[in-house]
Amino acid sequence: MATVTHESSDTAPAAGEPASETPPAAHTPDEHASGGDHAHPSDWLYVKVAIALALLTAFEVFTYFETVHGWGDTAIIVMLVAMMLLKFFLVVAFFMHLKFDAPIFWRLFVFGLILAMAVYMVMLTAFRYW
Amino acid sequence: MADTMAAEATTHSPHAEEHHTSTGISNEKLAMWVFLGSECLLFGGLLSVYMFNKGRIGPTDVGPNDVFDIPFTSVSSFVLLMSSLTMVFAVSAIARGNLRGNRIWLAATAALGAIFVAGQVYEFTAFYSEGLGFTTNLFGSAFYSLTGFHGAHVTIGIIMLMTLFVMSLRGNLPQQRAETVEIIGLYWHFVDIVWIVIFTIVYLFPQ
Repeated sequence: MATVTHESSDTAPAAGEPASETPPAAHTPDEHASGGDHAHPSDWLYVKVAIALALLTAFEVFTYFETVHGWGDTAIIVMLVAMMLLKFFLVVAFFMHLKFDAPIFWRLFVFGLILAMAVYMVMLTAFRYW
Repeated sequence: MADTMAAEATTHSPHAEEHHTSTGISNEKLAMWVFLGSECLLFGGLLSVYMFNKGRIGPTDVGPNDVFDIPFTSVSSFVLLMSSLTMVFAVSAIARGNLRGNRIWLAATAALGAIFVAGQVYEFTAFYSEGLGFTTNLFGSAFYSLTGFHGAHVTIGIIMLMTLFVMSLRGNLPQQRAETVEIIGLYWHFVDIVWIVIFTIVYLFPQ
């Protein structure tokens, strides 16, 4: 049984594969394939997402030092949670491709997330955390 | 027969390939998403225990305000965040058949992950020298459990990335196996989003 390798065409597309000459950047983010396959967004979109994540992180850290100047704790927590959720969504939707992938993956992940949140909200409530 | 297989393999791009499963989607990717969903419960539990115990310290005990170094942790958080960018570049590179680019981005991701873990080891050492051990108080136990589990996940991720790197060097990671890189990438991004939550709730929330 032969092992198929393409090491000889290291940076070039595989022989006899004209489709791969078009880089993923040419695909639109809305392009969906059937089943579990999906189109990848362009590298530039990834860079834009990374810049947004970096800016959000910088602002999060800013609020930490700004606490010293008298912002209320509740306001700080609400802002931090909002930015945390936005960063979470950006990574899951774009870097993990859930925005472009089969919906079953999104449902599975959200199910685990909601289950975890529900279980531990009940746990913290039972222990009178709030 | 080998020639036929080779010809067949090279005429299929990884994103044009159909998954011959009962669901029509990749079983491996489905398994990874189920695993990541279950990991939410693991880290949710650790985070809840931390939230519950962080304030349960005596007046003279070492607490969060005594040990946290936010500028340092912010830099290491930024490093881990950027490793997610290099990871998607690795996935993107192999998807379009750029195996050398894939190796470069995999190595970059592993290196950034290693910097993060090194920062965590330094942080733990500094906290210990300031008097916060694993059994010093409930805050210490909860903090080290939560961030230690996360650090272990990052370390496992680095090992998987380096395995992919070596596989690629040996020619065992062709474009047709792009999904393998994507699945490891899912794990890596999950580790990143867990840190997004930990960084906000553990380090940045007003104590």
